[in-house]
Amino acid sequence: MTDPANYWLVAVLLGLGTFLIRFSFILIVDRVTFPEAVVRMLRFIPASVLPAIIVPAVLLHGTDGGPVGLARPVAAAVAVLVAWKTRSILVTILSGMGTLWLLRAFL
Amino acid sequence: MNDIRHSFLSGARDSIPILLGMVPFGLICGAVSAGAGMSLWGALGFTWAINAGASQLAALQLMEHHASLTVVVLTGLIINLRFFMYSASIAPHLKTMPLPGRALLGFILSDQAYAMSIARFNREDGAEVNKPFYFLGVALAIWVSYSIGAVFGASVGTFIPPAWDLGFAVPLTFTAVVVPAIKDRPTALAAVAAGTVAYFADGLPYNLGLMAGAATGILLGYGVERRLARD
Repeated sequence: MTDPANYWLVAVLLGLGTFLIRFSFILIVDRVTFPEAVVRMLRFIPASVLPAIIVPAVLLHGTDGGPVGLARPVAAAVAVLVAWKTRSILVTILSGMGTLWLLRAFL
Repeated sequence: MNDIRHSFLSGARDSIPILLGMVPFGLICGAVSAGAGMSLWGALGFTWAINAGASQLAALQLMEHHASLTVVVLTGLIINLRFFMYSASIAPHLKTMPLPGRALLGFILSDQAYAMSIARFNREDGAEVNKPFYFLGVALAIWVSYSIGAVFGASVGTFIPPAWDLGFAVPLTFTAVVVPAIKDRPTALAAVAAGTVAYFADGLPYNLGLMAGAATGILLGYGVERRLARD
């Protein structure tokens, strides 16, 4: 099953399917008027999807337990504060990574 | 024309801070593909065709365990269902672009490209850029960094020490984007609910915890907003 021909088949089928998912609404947007309920829900997509990615990544993954396990959650908390105060993506990433590396070095 | 160039460059420039975080993910995807026995071009073709790291890694892992083609492809597609939400959310901003251009924009839509662009479009001065070309600038810069990572990953392996944890730049990017997006009580409740559900549903297969969290947040935010509007 894992011969190279199958990789190409997976690349083509999964690639095509994923493209259709991505393209879906971008394709129809100028032809279809979304119902008002849908338009209102769109506003909540960034505020919902991103925390659903962030929370497990910070609290559950990449933590090996022990005091070092606190590095990601603390660094993320610092990043939230910095993002709130500065609204700068660059400063937020730098402060989060900086905190992470400092804690990893000293914990 | 000038407006197009300016918007494209401004998108590419705005994405610079997050590009470093893209490379390690590309490295991993490239290295795992090569480790599965693909040639350099095979690994690149696989990466470019699918262009969604989490589903690529899951597909490779399943193939290693001799799962059937149907299972491999369906698993990858379920992991990528979140792109429906990005597509719906970003589509109204891209509608001035003619169809062939929109197909290209759809092809290079990634988690990061979505997050960075929607953050810019939702700012008060969001309408000042040519949105499709701003999106193109962001998404192309991200796609190129991811591809460079994949080339190195497939040819020389993951040379960045795992202890640096550069992958943590990804949730940090999303944090930088989501904090300003929380503007009122409905969006705050949506964010808290989505994060909480995703935390407890993390054990679900196919990344479905993410979908469960996101769907909860969207519906709750919408419900709370309707309720507040009625009072």
